[in-house]
Amino acid sequence: MTKGVKGRNYQLSIIGRYLVLIVIGLIFVFPLLFMVMSSLKPNMQLLRDSGSLRAFLPVGDISFNNYIDAFKRVPIARFMFNSVFVTIITLVFGLFINSLAGFAFAVLRWPGKNIILALLVATLIIPFETIAIPLLLIVNELPWIGAQGFKIGWLDTYHVQIIPFIADAFGIFLFTQFFKDLPKELVEASRIDGASWFQIYTRVFVPISGPVFATAAILKFLGMYNQFLWPLMTSQSESYRPVMVGVQYFFQLNVAWGEIMAYLSMITIPVLVFYLWLQRAFIESIAASGVKG
Amino acid sequence: MSDSRLEARVKTSQSPHLFSHKQKEALTGWFMAAPALILLLTFLIIPFIFAFYFSFTNQRLVSPNPTEFVGLSNFTRLLTVRTFTLEPLLDETTKQAQRDEAGNLVYPSLRDYTRNNPDYPQLNGLREWRSWQSGNKRTYLLASDVVFMKALVNILLFVLIVAPVQAGLALLLALLINQPLRGINIFRTIYFMPVVISMVVIAMLWRFIYDGNNGLLNTLLGYLSFGNFKPVDWLGNAKTAMPAVIIMSIWQAVGFHMVIWLSGLQTIPSVLYEAASTEGANNLQKFRFVTWPGLRNTAIFILIIITMQAFGLYTQIEVMTRGGPLDSTQTLVFQAVQRGFEKQDISGGSAISVLLFLIVLSVSLIQRYLTRERR
Repeated sequence: MTKGVKGRNYQLSIIGRYLVLIVIGLIFVFPLLFMVMSSLKPNMQLLRDSGSLRAFLPVGDISFNNYIDAFKRVPIARFMFNSVFVTIITLVFGLFINSLAGFAFAVLRWPGKNIILALLVATLIIPFETIAIPLLLIVNELPWIGAQGFKIGWLDTYHVQIIPFIADAFGIFLFTQFFKDLPKELVEASRIDGASWFQIYTRVFVPISGPVFATAAILKFLGMYNQFLWPLMTSQSESYRPVMVGVQYFFQLNVAWGEIMAYLSMITIPVLVFYLWLQRAFIESIAASGVKG
Repeated sequence: MSDSRLEARVKTSQSPHLFSHKQKEALTGWFMAAPALILLLTFLIIPFIFAFYFSFTNQRLVSPNPTEFVGLSNFTRLLTVRTFTLEPLLDETTKQAQRDEAGNLVYPSLRDYTRNNPDYPQLNGLREWRSWQSGNKRTYLLASDVVFMKALVNILLFVLIVAPVQAGLALLLALLINQPLRGINIFRTIYFMPVVISMVVIAMLWRFIYDGNNGLLNTLLGYLSFGNFKPVDWLGNAKTAMPAVIIMSIWQAVGFHMVIWLSGLQTIPSVLYEAASTEGANNLQKFRFVTWPGLRNTAIFILIIITMQAFGLYTQIEVMTRGGPLDSTQTLVFQAVQRGFEKQDISGGSAISVLLFLIVLSVSLIQRYLTRERR
């Protein structure tokens, strides 16, 4: 008898826990649900619906008209290409260069490496915003040889959005920590076989370091795709603007919320799909950045 | 193969090379680290040094005059604060304090003291920041850069509120997610979702949530109060704008710190909980005596990263309020960007950046000190 009561209490407490979890979940889901649903509605209906639960439901006059209008207002395809291009190139070069440096710090013995590594860790507390303006002046004076020949000043290009972000101290630190934990015998055995250091890096270390490459890639991806201040400063012409700067097109104009929601949905849904698909890796990356940082 | 023959082979294989193995290893090390180090030097260290350098000059983006070294004047212009007390004007004949028609005391104009008054050189150029009345006297808090001072106070308040609230809520979420329930990972995925979304998108979305006419928040509060709630233009009101930014910022980032708390929670050995159970500890006691001590380092770490992130408050401001209304949401980074980028006042923007860096540096040094103490 008492056992039965206890069982019922237990079941009630389980239901209570799920209720709490669900209510909190709704707080996180509803704004995003609202964004996607509103993007499908005409402005008048969107404003009317915001007074009821209809705001979160695909009801009424549903269409993709807002998307069509947003395409007319903003060169979305161009911006999306720019964002993806800049993100991928930075990511690929970044993974290579940072992991190579991590390998040098973790495996090789060379004079000065301990001091330099300590300095790198110290730079982690420099907020990017504090160097943005001097960095802008520096890239404005740097030379470049491209398709149009020799030119001074990097503004309004792809490389101004890419090159400053390839190397990052935190990425190097992540790779260093990971490589340090790999067994020493791997290196010794390969050295005896006559492998060069670079061969040890490419053939021994890289193939077994999937997790840390995934972590570094995800952190870089989020940082680059979501970047705002730097591309805002450096891309004055439309041809090099990424999607986040494109949000500015909707700042002042008499506010067409439907179009805004369509644009926001378009630039967010790819990231969300990517996240939901790889959510375990995403979350573990952040956890890793916490534990090791 | 005997030892001596092996030794001989090693020797012969070494001798024809220009460098010894050790030198080769060192060279390779430098060579492999060089690309990353050169990039970091160019795009992180040098700009950082430049920020310090500019903050001691009068550098502007485009200027007919050569750049000059101006010492600490950028900093004194930002940081000068003085109090100044005025007595009411006395009536010439009665020697009583003058009153205007509404019966209020009449004071001399503050501008007479702060504009080129040779008797008060220390007040020259200062502006009113705050003022208060005590008895007959009116005391002013004057600052040479009122907007900067407001930005400084705003960001300190923002950090002081966001750091504990966000860390606490994130811990609560982590404890909820740490329960052994079926499907719990779905909730973890949902709570974390805003973290992967750009702050630009979220700030834009929340502009609608906070809208004064059709905003979702007003609607929701209207329902909860059965229609008694009067709609508020959350971002258009100097009293509510900063709290609105704070709530949105916490909503966006709390999942990030939840995950870090979670990984801290999972390092606590379950044996400790079992031992506590056999001792008859209830859930609260388990938290107090097992969980919390096990989380101490995580707690310090989380506080420090929230603090560092919070001092950088910029994107939300740029998208939602641009510092307004009435400078109630000005922040250091927003001011640094405003001056350095939009007004092309490189030295002024750099001076703010340097101050921001010094604040962040001292906070993390304090954190270092605390972690060392407790270990």
